[in-house]
Amino acid sequence: MFCNFFRAQRLEEASKLSSWKQWRQSTQRTLRRLRDEAQEWLSSLKLWRADIHQIEGMFGTGILSYFSFLRFLVMLNLIIFLLMFSFVMLPIIIAPKLSIISSSTESNCSKYPSSARRGLVIFHEHITDLLSGGGFLEQTYLFYGFYQVNQIHFPNIKYNLALAYLMTTIAYLFLSLIWIVKRSALGFKRNLVQDEDRFQSFCNKIFAGWDFCITNENAASLKRSSLLYELRTDLEEERIKQKIADRTRKEKCRIYLIRFILNIFVIGVLAGCFYSIYVATIFSQEAQLLNIKVNFIVDLMYEYLPSIVITLANFITPLLFSVIINFEDYSPAFEIRFTLMRCVFMRLTSIGVLLFSLWSQITHCKDETCICGYNHELYSCWETRVGQEMYKLTVFDFIIIVAVTIFVEFPRKLIVRHCDCGLAKWWGQQEFSIPQNVLEIVYGQTICWIGTFYCPMLPAICTIKYFFIFYIKKVSLLKNCRPATRPFRASSSNFFFLAVLLIGLALACLPVSVSVAQINCSQACGPFVGYNTSWEVLPTAVSELPTGVRSVIEALSSEAFAVSFFVVTCLAMFYVIALAGAHKKVINQLREQLVLVSLALSIATFLNSKTEKITSIQCYVVAVHYV
Amino acid sequence: MGNKQTIFTDEQLDAYQDCTFFTRKEILRLHGRYHELAPHLVPMDYTNEPDCKVPLSLIVNMPELKENPFRNRIVESFSEGGDGNLSFNEFVDMFSVLSEMAPRELKAIYAFKIYDFNVDNFLCKEDLEKTLNRLTKEELTPEEVELVCDKTIEEADLDGDNKLSFADFENMISRAPDFLSTFHIRI
Repeated sequence: MFCNFFRAQRLEEASKLSSWKQWRQSTQRTLRRLRDEAQEWLSSLKLWRADIHQIEGMFGTGILSYFSFLRFLVMLNLIIFLLMFSFVMLPIIIAPKLSIISSSTESNCSKYPSSARRGLVIFHEHITDLLSGGGFLEQTYLFYGFYQVNQIHFPNIKYNLALAYLMTTIAYLFLSLIWIVKRSALGFKRNLVQDEDRFQSFCNKIFAGWDFCITNENAASLKRSSLLYELRTDLEEERIKQKIADRTRKEKCRIYLIRFILNIFVIGVLAGCFYSIYVATIFSQEAQLLNIKVNFIVDLMYEYLPSIVITLANFITPLLFSVIINFEDYSPAFEIRFTLMRCVFMRLTSIGVLLFSLWSQITHCKDETCICGYNHELYSCWETRVGQEMYKLTVFDFIIIVAVTIFVEFPRKLIVRHCDCGLAKWWGQQEFSIPQNVLEIVYGQTICWIGTFYCPMLPAICTIKYFFIFYIKKVSLLKNCRPATRPFRASSSNFFFLAVLLIGLALACLPVSVSVAQINCSQACGPFVGYNTSWEVLPTAVSELPTGVRSVIEALSSEAFAVSFFVVTCLAMFYVIALAGAHKKVINQLREQLVLVSLALSIATFLNSKTEKITSIQCYVVAVHYV
Repeated sequence: MGNKQTIFTDEQLDAYQDCTFFTRKEILRLHGRYHELAPHLVPMDYTNEPDCKVPLSLIVNMPELKENPFRNRIVESFSEGGDGNLSFNEFVDMFSVLSEMAPRELKAIYAFKIYDFNVDNFLCKEDLEKTLNRLTKEELTPEEVELVCDKTIEEADLDGDNKLSFADFENMISRAPDFLSTFHIRI
């Protein structure tokens, strides 16, 4: 039908066009086809395309977005590592030894006792070193302390490595921000335009809910039950909305009181967790410094104590939060979001608490003030120590993910499948909980962002870690899990993942900027020896630039520029908001016009059936006249 | 030019390429699929445009359509008389509209036809109830079905006539973020 219509139309148009226009049209068509084929070829090169296709077919678009998020993080970490490598490690590697000017000062602060093991080294000490980043790993490219290079004299240029180190840190944070914002722009726009997510929830489910691509009988029945569940949840939401609207004053007071008490309880629990992380960190640091050696396993446990406490807290608190939220009587959608927010806060702040307790140790000296600005006797190279803690967190995170998959999920599947007892029925088959898994990997990524400054090879370790996590999660999904009974909407889930990642990035920028700008850098190691703080490299480098460029940069960093930039940004934001408001008004007006047109048409059909003299166009004119 | 095929003339293939979203290879593959639905009915040689139609019952059992709750309605909407027997042109049309490359407006037109069970150019409450029952295999209670249909009409009906015209439907679909990705059959 359509085919014939198009064909006739095309022939008619073709006869009217000159040969030049015909040729142009056919070239445009061929170019379009070439471009489509090129795009298809490029997308076939994407990492893990076949695996993600398979997962999409079996589990739907919610879980698909988790795995494509994982792929995005692998790419991001790889790019960050390449950045660090090319600007910081590569110059050191390729420069001939004599042209490296190392940074050193003669003072009490610059004594750095070597931590390499001497004499006969027992095998398990190697393993301890590998797992804790100490011993033979400490003085390698892995940690900040190794980069004791101030400048490199290449044949024609002087390469200021200290400046490069600082700028690369700022660059990778900025790059991550831009990439995440670009990726989330689409989802955010959609969310903003349709401001309420509950806007057309029923229409969306009925008319756009069934995935026409489903060809598998199991997948079809799964889709059906998930649609059923969603519809029932939505009806429940409507019912609860009605109930909330019908609440009496007394009931409202009671509910608010309960919520207040429970929130105080939640804050108490969080405070307790943070305090235990603080205590664990202090204990672990003292055990390492005093070199308490009991035996292999206990030593390792002392090293990993902060990681263990953080993981335990992050395991217990979500369970606690999901129990508490039941008493707070919110609508189901808000319940999910609020619990998620609490879990996000818990996970990401625990890293901050760890860093804070580390810094309180580092800047605390026996006497009143520290001579070098930090405790140089215990922490001659504190950045390496912080880097080691970040390294341990990453390693432990990976070990836990692997261990939980092997020792919890596989046995669970075996028990549920082969044992018919009450425990199996209550526990049920594993469900792939998207929010918790996303939090896990955002937690790992936040550690990576914070730790890259102290441990430049951490992004490479994280790339490998996420690479393996992809396969582990995929196998676990295919073998152990059944699709979630609470389906996760794909269009809003992308936005959720990237929003949580942005929160992680913001929380990661904070410790890095505090340590760069406030805390005195160690004078015994690292590229910033000779400066008070790491940030000082920048003003020093700027003062060495030619006068013209220097005055431009000084103008850019002056208060006048900052204030005017802020004002201009505010104006731009107000303009865009006003534009959005105006568009909304236009949409409403068009909607009213639509009503009028259909009204006019219905009048016309009615009148037409009575008398055949009045045409429908005349009716439309009459109807519009009444606007 | 590649291997010589004798199913279509070159002009026919060009015409198909122009008015559907498929390439030459895909159209030949579609012809293969169409042929294997009813080998005794469908000729291999289409150069003189034979007039044969494959009955509804055979098309609806294709693996791509087998699990779709709307398979009957889909095939009926693309057939000329609404009886569900498709000629090859209509067959290609159907998969072209349901392919990834078809634009949203075109898909909305056909989605409206599919969900309009009584073919009165409106999605009235009975149409919605039938749609819902096909989707959930009648596992919702009648009260729930009625509530859902009422809410749907409330959400999408703009002109207040308690049923959805095509304008209402298209306006609603333009706001549905998943429509393009779900209204898609891969063949």
